[in-house]
Amino acid sequence: MTVREVVGLSIAAGVMAVAAYGGDLVVSRQGQPGRTTVVYWEKWTGDEAKEMRKVVDAFNKSQDKIFVQYLSISGVDTKTMLATAGGNPPDIAGIWQEQVAQFSDAKALTDLTEMANSNGLGPDYYIKGYYDALSYRGHLWALPSTPASIALHVRPDLVPADVATPETFPKTIEGLDKLVDRISKKSSNGDLEMAGFLPSNPGWWNYAWGMYFGGKLFDGENLTIDSTENIRAFNWIASYATRFGAKEVQSFQSGFGTFASPQDPFMTGKVATEINGVWKGSYVRVFRPDTKWFAVPFPYPEDRKDLEGHACLSQDVLTIPRGAKHVKEAFEFMRFVQRQDVMEGLCKGHGKNSPLAKVSEEFFATNNNKYIRLFDQLARSPKAFTAPQIGILNQLRTEMDVAFQEVSTQGKTPEVALHDAQKRVTSLWDTYRSQVLDK
Amino acid sequence: MIRRDARIGILFALPWILGFLIFMTYPLIASLISSFTNFSILRPPKGIGVQNYVELFHDEVFYKSLSNTLLYVVGAVPLTTVCAILLALLLNTKVKGMSIYRTLFFLPTLVPMVALGTLFLWVFNGDYGLFKQAFLKVGVTPPGWLTDPTWSKWTLILISMWGCGQAMVIYLAGLQDVPVSLYEAAELDGAKSFAKTIHVTLPMISPVILFNVVMSIIGSLQVFAVPYVMFPGGAPARSAYFYTSYLYDNAFQYQRMGYASAMGWVLFLITLSLTLIALKLSEKHVHYESN
Repeated sequence: MTVREVVGLSIAAGVMAVAAYGGDLVVSRQGQPGRTTVVYWEKWTGDEAKEMRKVVDAFNKSQDKIFVQYLSISGVDTKTMLATAGGNPPDIAGIWQEQVAQFSDAKALTDLTEMANSNGLGPDYYIKGYYDALSYRGHLWALPSTPASIALHVRPDLVPADVATPETFPKTIEGLDKLVDRISKKSSNGDLEMAGFLPSNPGWWNYAWGMYFGGKLFDGENLTIDSTENIRAFNWIASYATRFGAKEVQSFQSGFGTFASPQDPFMTGKVATEINGVWKGSYVRVFRPDTKWFAVPFPYPEDRKDLEGHACLSQDVLTIPRGAKHVKEAFEFMRFVQRQDVMEGLCKGHGKNSPLAKVSEEFFATNNNKYIRLFDQLARSPKAFTAPQIGILNQLRTEMDVAFQEVSTQGKTPEVALHDAQKRVTSLWDTYRSQVLDK
Repeated sequence: MIRRDARIGILFALPWILGFLIFMTYPLIASLISSFTNFSILRPPKGIGVQNYVELFHDEVFYKSLSNTLLYVVGAVPLTTVCAILLALLLNTKVKGMSIYRTLFFLPTLVPMVALGTLFLWVFNGDYGLFKQAFLKVGVTPPGWLTDPTWSKWTLILISMWGCGQAMVIYLAGLQDVPVSLYEAAELDGAKSFAKTIHVTLPMISPVILFNVVMSIIGSLQVFAVPYVMFPGGAPARSAYFYTSYLYDNAFQYQRMGYASAMGWVLFLITLSLTLIALKLSEKHVHYESN
């Protein structure tokens, strides 16, 4: 081998070595000497990220042993899963509550049960609905970062005066429907100009409609997508396609701006009411602060008074992926986030309610969201529900979205759409049970 | 000396060879093996024979996404081909400032796919969209480009024309290779512009057309970014759900890497078959100089 060849090969080997270890160097570059760097991947950008950065900075200042490095990552769930498979996951990953079962089944998470219990972060510390959603198969896999409860948001300036307060607004779905007929407007050529309510707006919780009618999607063993309650819910959805015309709704909705913009249909007054999370108030404040609104629990069916006060709950969560290098230090930061003052600061910054059982009066008094007490009450309601804990929730949600769209576009009847969804998800569930759960 | 030259040659080619082996050959072989396993990324793959392929052929979403994709190919390939040829013919004329026109028509192809999807969300917006306003100006109510299941695929087929600048450049190069003597001979025989295009230009650039059609078929079968941005989840009702979207969802949303690998290999076989069919059908219509 000549000198030139040796030099060439040496350079190539050097480049490969730098490439192989460069990642670690880059990550540790922003750490602090003498402190353990905890790498934290989170989904948030913008103001929400800014609020979490404040928490991270406060933690980094509060002690001198651990340095948390916050990184905003798009597609944080997919990337965490792949990084975990590759053996180099972050120490903390901020994912969604709905993914806990899937990640846990995939053995992608560290069991937090013992660490949480020994630090006083047990079931009593949290609102039941939120805590239960983080426990799966008897173990705790995540702790909340910020939670949400979902309610009906109303524009008092777009509804008649006799229903323009939270107290007088219709409590039942039938009452809501009557109001929608009263206030919705169509132009002379039949185009929809203002809708009292649209089940398809914003369309984020299509899996939950049956639960507002007392139904379930999963009983812990089998799927119950085409249950009587779910079919009833989808018949109600179909009634909106009949009321306004499927094509008219499609055309009307295609002109909606995104929720994080002043063109949001609720803010522009294209819809008078909208089902949305506690965060809606923050977006209104940022994009159209002059918008008048109030929130009420989503109405219940007239013949199901037992469902009064029901609400869908969701939350952003902190997890420690399996194979994380600094589990103890990562949990130390998570514990810091759970402190009542820290959690209340973060939730207030995000415009959300707190997941903790104990909430200070100051949190309510100084919150920018005037209806924060309502969202807190909804979270504590015994009628509150969350997405089913099932490892194929992604597929289940997709199939419910498809069924919803088929019914909304009058492509299928509710019975057929839900029956088809039931058939497909059952087949996926059977495969999942045998391939992932080894049953 | 020859052996030494070979060694140096291999050394220079080594980065590419290594890249090809590591980033192409290995994943190809790994995905073929994975396609016969139950592989959920975090658990070791477990051999399940041809079960993924059997499940695939009973999966109605597989057929839905495949039929959407094939319809897209049938619509987009001829449309972009005709559009690119017409543009190339126009840009091959002798007009002042032609290089500027050529640049202008090529520029759109440089727009990233995600930006393109976002741009067309506005163009086809049901309220403020340019298309809606243009239709209303002539007294026609436009369809729900983004929301009507019968129109969503056609919207994407229309958008596919945006990228015809790439093919146009190749056609342009082909057109400039057509010998002038053939046009002169045709003129002596009394041929007018249209006849010259049909009987001289198109046969002479037929190998280029074949190449572009084959590339366009392959590209259209892999359509992903624009529908993924414009029609999340293939909504409405999976009318815009394409094969690669379903493959991606299986791999990265549902962690079914083995199943997604099987889908990848089925797509490869479909692509190969369509390419061979295109080559076979073109035998009588493509004229090579060596013929």
